[in-house]
Amino acid sequence: MSTAREDILAGIRRGLRRGPLLAEPAARLAEGVAAHRRNLIPARAAALDERARIDLFVAMAEEVQTTVARVASDDKVPAEVARYLAAENLPAELVMAPDPGLDAIPWDTRPLLAVRRGRAEPDDAVSVTPCLAGIAETGTLLLVSGRDTPTTLNFLPDTHIVVLRAGQVVASYEDGWDLVRARASSTPEAWPRTVNLITGPSRTGDIEQRIQLGAHGPRRLHIVLVDDPEAAANGPPPG
Amino acid sequence: MAEPARVALLVTCLVDLFRPSVGFAAVALLEAAGCTVEVPRAQTCCGQPAYNSGDRGDAKAIARQVIAAFAGYDYVVAPSGSCAGMVRVHYPELFADEPAMLGEAQALAARTWELVSFLVDVRGMSRVAARWEKSATYHDACSGLRELGIRAQPRLLLASVAGLRLCELPGAEVCCGFGGTFCVKYPEISDKMVTDKAVEIAATGTDAVLAGDLGCLLNIAGKLTRLGRPVEARHIAEVLAGMADEVPAIGAPARAS
Amino acid sequence: MEPTSHSFPENVRAGLADPILQRALGLARTGFPLRRRQAIERLPEFETLREEGRAIKDHTLAHLDFYLELYEKNVTASGGQVHWARNAAEARAAVLEICRSVGARIVTKGKSMVAEEIALNDHLEANGITPIETDLGEYIIQLRHEPPSHIIAPAIHLMKEQVADAFRAAHTELDPDRALEEPRALCEEARAILRPHFLAADVGITGANFLIAETGSSIIVTNEGNGDLTQTLPRVHIVVTSLEKIVPTLEDATTLLRLLARSATGQEFSSYTTLSTGPRRPGDLDGPDEYHVVLLDNGRTDLIGGEFQDMLRCLRCAACLNHCPVYVAVGGHAYGWVYPGPMGAVLTPALVGLGEAGHLPNASTFCGRCEAVCPVKIPLPKMMRHWREREFKEALSPPVYRAGLRLWAWLARRPELYHRMVEIKARLLGWLGKTHGRFRSLPLASGWTLVRDMPAPEGRSFHSLWAERRGPNGADGRPR
Repeated sequence: MSTAREDILAGIRRGLRRGPLLAEPAARLAEGVAAHRRNLIPARAAALDERARIDLFVAMAEEVQTTVARVASDDKVPAEVARYLAAENLPAELVMAPDPGLDAIPWDTRPLLAVRRGRAEPDDAVSVTPCLAGIAETGTLLLVSGRDTPTTLNFLPDTHIVVLRAGQVVASYEDGWDLVRARASSTPEAWPRTVNLITGPSRTGDIEQRIQLGAHGPRRLHIVLVDDPEAAANGPPPG
Repeated sequence: MAEPARVALLVTCLVDLFRPSVGFAAVALLEAAGCTVEVPRAQTCCGQPAYNSGDRGDAKAIARQVIAAFAGYDYVVAPSGSCAGMVRVHYPELFADEPAMLGEAQALAARTWELVSFLVDVRGMSRVAARWEKSATYHDACSGLRELGIRAQPRLLLASVAGLRLCELPGAEVCCGFGGTFCVKYPEISDKMVTDKAVEIAATGTDAVLAGDLGCLLNIAGKLTRLGRPVEARHIAEVLAGMADEVPAIGAPARAS
Repeated sequence: MEPTSHSFPENVRAGLADPILQRALGLARTGFPLRRRQAIERLPEFETLREEGRAIKDHTLAHLDFYLELYEKNVTASGGQVHWARNAAEARAAVLEICRSVGARIVTKGKSMVAEEIALNDHLEANGITPIETDLGEYIIQLRHEPPSHIIAPAIHLMKEQVADAFRAAHTELDPDRALEEPRALCEEARAILRPHFLAADVGITGANFLIAETGSSIIVTNEGNGDLTQTLPRVHIVVTSLEKIVPTLEDATTLLRLLARSATGQEFSSYTTLSTGPRRPGDLDGPDEYHVVLLDNGRTDLIGGEFQDMLRCLRCAACLNHCPVYVAVGGHAYGWVYPGPMGAVLTPALVGLGEAGHLPNASTFCGRCEAVCPVKIPLPKMMRHWREREFKEALSPPVYRAGLRLWAWLARRPELYHRMVEIKARLLGWLGKTHGRFRSLPLASGWTLVRDMPAPEGRSFHSLWAERRGPNGADGRPR
């Protein structure tokens, strides 16, 4: 008596009019997977230099109701977060990913900002996370799960703040995958449980096709973009 | 002007029965484009009704007749995107499993054209000598549009008709609901589609609606008159050949008032 | 769900006569095509990507066994488990067993057409487990006890008043006098009502837009965030999916993702595109303890190597639905099962049989808009025609049509006889219709004349006039 697996594979081979692949063609396919060649990448982002890439990222992100604040350096981040929360009438409390990069930011310069580190709990209103990359092509953030980056921070709170460094902005999703691969070791266990590509806050058009933000995920997505020479020239944002 | 060419007219079964004027308009246009036109008598239909009903056997039999009847001409031209599409696109598909016939089917397909695209794309025509003092809107018949890429050519020639004001139809490329046997197999859906089309056409406020396929035009004209909307429906060939004032519009009485 | 596709004509009549449905469809008719066109105009490479997408899918199908085995190997290596299911019953059994093994009482669900296909919710309920749809559209139709009418916008057939009615009837603990006129209020209420369920669920079930052989990952493409909460919060994540969703590499999935959102909603990218690979890793602070993939066949392998294989390229983007004049006229419920529109017209007979679903591939004018917008270039009209060919061979179509068609074809192969009959018909109808130029009613053509006039023929056939004016075979000769 055959298993479902055997029956299904046999059915596929019947359709393809062959038996299981021989060693050589199978090896070639395996090589193809290992090589994971890139297909066509749109020129939109790929053709840009770093500055233009960052500008494109910001423009695309803002198109989908992500807000972006540019600050010159890490030590400006706590002030921007505090400003943002005040401007949105949110309490000055947040849950933060226990990520070394975020730890290096001088949060104690804003002692009134209550910061808890860990995963998100149901009552958390605001989260702060790092990300692995910003994808300029569509203003998309790439986040990976890990011991320092719990996924619930990206979805449970109403407001999600992401710290993105200018050097993390890449042109295409493919550039992002290479970063994920580099971060993981070669075995699948080291691949993150979750990779999130986030493009704007949560939304739905399920009622009469009118877009509403904040369906189940965060209704606000705010990016603090760090190490931006343009911000250094213009000074801090007002407020 | 291109060299003289020997063209066989594929009349189409609807033109043959309902509106020979379209056929004569096509002949006039082809002759004006430097072609000699013959009409092989051993033609009845392109076989589309059988083909789209799943009756490959009859479709092939009819196609063989068409291939034989139209052998030896420089071009085969039909005043219909769906009939020209049937020969150009689907005859090779029909005979994909018959290598002997496939070559002949492909040869015929390569020489077969819808009328307006033949005039513009093959004969290099960019204007006509006709005059027609009306406003008109244009419906893009589906097969011509999507199988044969006919969109710019009719608009190009219509733009050259003296006195004609052309107005783009919103949803010009949405199906009118004819679909051959579809309109009798699923009449309620067909009615909804043609009603939407007729309402859009009437809303343009133009005097006339034009198209390159008589099936669409019979469908649309029938709905317009049933709805009491005074928009005259004509085949584009009649207008381009300057014959629009000589024959009543589709569905209009024989003596124009 | 039990198909009602055999009742398509009755379903159609009901849909056309439903003013609320017609209003709702009116919103979709122009909105979707416009947004898709705007998105495509911003991406010059779109046509090339369509061709690449087609090639990726075709390559995968040609080596489907290899990629499925590689996928399973990588799922297992990352700590997950693949359950192969030949049919709906095996898939339901696999899901139930996993739920039972963890003592699940409440299950949250992200949107999954495959789960609809196997009628999973009814099965769970019958076995004492409560499934809660979390996608807003799916939640609404779950409250109304009706199936989805669109593969990405399940409640597209409803206006906001009907949603409000459903909420009032179901959320009885809330203030009956609360204002629910605006979509904003409805969304807020759904968010608040569903949040406790996300947190309480023992098992989260999602579908998958893609499965990636290279990494053993599943991908969901959503906007609401419900899919992510469903697959992150509970102890167990089950992916219910079908085997043609597989693609070789991340790069291949990326090409298809570039096509998907633009084709579906006109977005550049969905709000949330998420890869899931196995259960939580050691040291992770959240995530499920178990990750299962139920991989369904249910008739798909039968299509491989046959004339319907191209249908397995489908990305479930719904572009064909959104551009189909038949779908936007009658709505999704008319099709009577899980998959409506052109893709449903091709897929449904393959999965539930031609006898049940024969109307679907027949209810098309072959306008070709579906094929023109399909991101992976599936020749939908051609495959509908193949179904019609099967029907004709198996004599499943109504006898009166077959007889009429064969008679007409017999005549068409006898040109001289045909010409004579056309001339007679032209003269007769031309004479009868001369006064008005059209017929308001015509025997044997009542299907036509019930709703539109039949224009009268001019009164002579072209061939007889041509013979008079130009001689036989159009030999040179002046008009007489």
